[in-house]
Amino acid sequence: MTNLMTNHYEAAAVILFGIGFMNLLLSRNLIKKFIGLNIMDTAVYLFLAAKGFIAGRAAPIVTEGTTATVEQFINPVPSGLVLTGIVVSVSITAFSLALVQRLYKHYGSLDLDEIMQKAKKEGH
Amino acid sequence: MLIENLLLLFLIVCAVLVSVTKRLLRAVIIFMAYSIVMSVIWIFLESPDLAITEAAVGTGITSILFFLTLKKVHQIKGTHDE
Amino acid sequence: MNKKSKWRHFVDWVNGEEAIETPKKVTLKKIDFEKWKTIFQKYLWNDRKKAIFYLIMCVFVSVVFISILLQTVNTLPYFGGSNNPASNEVVQRYIESGVEETGATNIMAGMILDYRAFDTFGESNVLFLAVICVVMLLKKDKYNTTEAEEREQKEDDMFEKEDTNIILKRIANLLTPLIFLFGIYVVLNGHISPGGGFSGGAIIGAGLVLYASVNGQQKMQKFFTYKIFVRINVGCLLTYCILKGYSFFTGANHLPNIIPKGIPGALLSGGLILPLNICVGMIVACTIYGFYALFTKGEI
Repeated sequence: MTNLMTNHYEAAAVILFGIGFMNLLLSRNLIKKFIGLNIMDTAVYLFLAAKGFIAGRAAPIVTEGTTATVEQFINPVPSGLVLTGIVVSVSITAFSLALVQRLYKHYGSLDLDEIMQKAKKEGH
Repeated sequence: MLIENLLLLFLIVCAVLVSVTKRLLRAVIIFMAYSIVMSVIWIFLESPDLAITEAAVGTGITSILFFLTLKKVHQIKGTHDE
Repeated sequence: MNKKSKWRHFVDWVNGEEAIETPKKVTLKKIDFEKWKTIFQKYLWNDRKKAIFYLIMCVFVSVVFISILLQTVNTLPYFGGSNNPASNEVVQRYIESGVEETGATNIMAGMILDYRAFDTFGESNVLFLAVICVVMLLKKDKYNTTEAEEREQKEDDMFEKEDTNIILKRIANLLTPLIFLFGIYVVLNGHISPGGGFSGGAIIGAGLVLYASVNGQQKMQKFFTYKIFVRINVGCLLTYCILKGYSFFTGANHLPNIIPKGIPGALLSGGLILPLNICVGMIVACTIYGFYALFTKGEI
């Protein structure tokens, strides 16, 4: 377990993922569930970006008049993946919050257990 | 090195606090703080593109959407007491 | 009933006029079962115990999950090492010939809008789909609004008109053009400095949200209606599709590409990256303002 101190970003990302997962399972409130989902998202992004980081190298932006070599820059591929992921996560959040609003309008509650009971009573 | 570890610790504390707090408004504000610290961490990981996007999207837009939803479902005190 | 003979009973039973009269045993068994079930549910498996069991199982599963993942992290290659398996020949190609092939000095912009442009196109479609779903779910018309909601909306409008927080309004009106300017700068310089369509679009969208929340949505609707929203979104997606389709078509068939690459580092360089960045930025800005408008009033 000594490597956890050198891999501290990855370890933190994994712990954050677990906490978000626990939040998703434990809290009955739908909005808190979605905050937990967002935390899981950012944890995955943190893990990806940490795998692309290389110590002592700069962000991949070539200055004018120089030729780019691999030894100068960090790995740009995970950053590109994360950039697309962040925007997808915000659209997912907006969609799920719209669903929450509709559920509240219909059942008058944010508690998932209550919503399930009411839905069973209605016979769906 | 120390400051990075402190920021990571702050992230974990924020994530735990989100699950512990009872009131939704506080949970959303804690999530906002989590996002802005995350955008500082992107700077440490040499990804300025991600830092700009996370600061605008995670802190601004996601929080605004959460606040608007809380207002719609009558969870913020002082707007519509039923 | 008791006067019937056994034969008579049998005949009646065959004809279906009489049920088998052994109800006592069955009911006894049934009652027994129900009783045990109720006792079981009352003392051993009530709702509280179920909740406690669920909680313990959740914590257990999560802790096991975290420990397995931590064990995996322990065996991963070192953080920050230069010869990780992730930095392979793909990265070398992107970095060493990226400037020459795409014309963008920001290698990430060159990567997501040239090498992996199809991926970005799919993602813009995800945004478009999300805003369509939110429109379907939350757009108000006369069929899905109740009186209570209309009353609430009117109260909100009254509150908006009465609210004369002059400092807030002045400062917000002062800040909005600066935010737009910064957003446009980030979009236009996406290929030579950090930023690009997604971040710049999100900044412009945040500026639109600030303007709409301070000045009211009526003022916003004067120049940003539902029609314009749909036209901008669809138009930008189609432009992206056509531009990148041309690029893919010529590239796949080894045809000459007439779009000049320009000098790397200049504003007008990078071939298709600048127009694609503008398209993506407009889609993101419109989508974010659309989310805000639909979440507050149910109309754009």
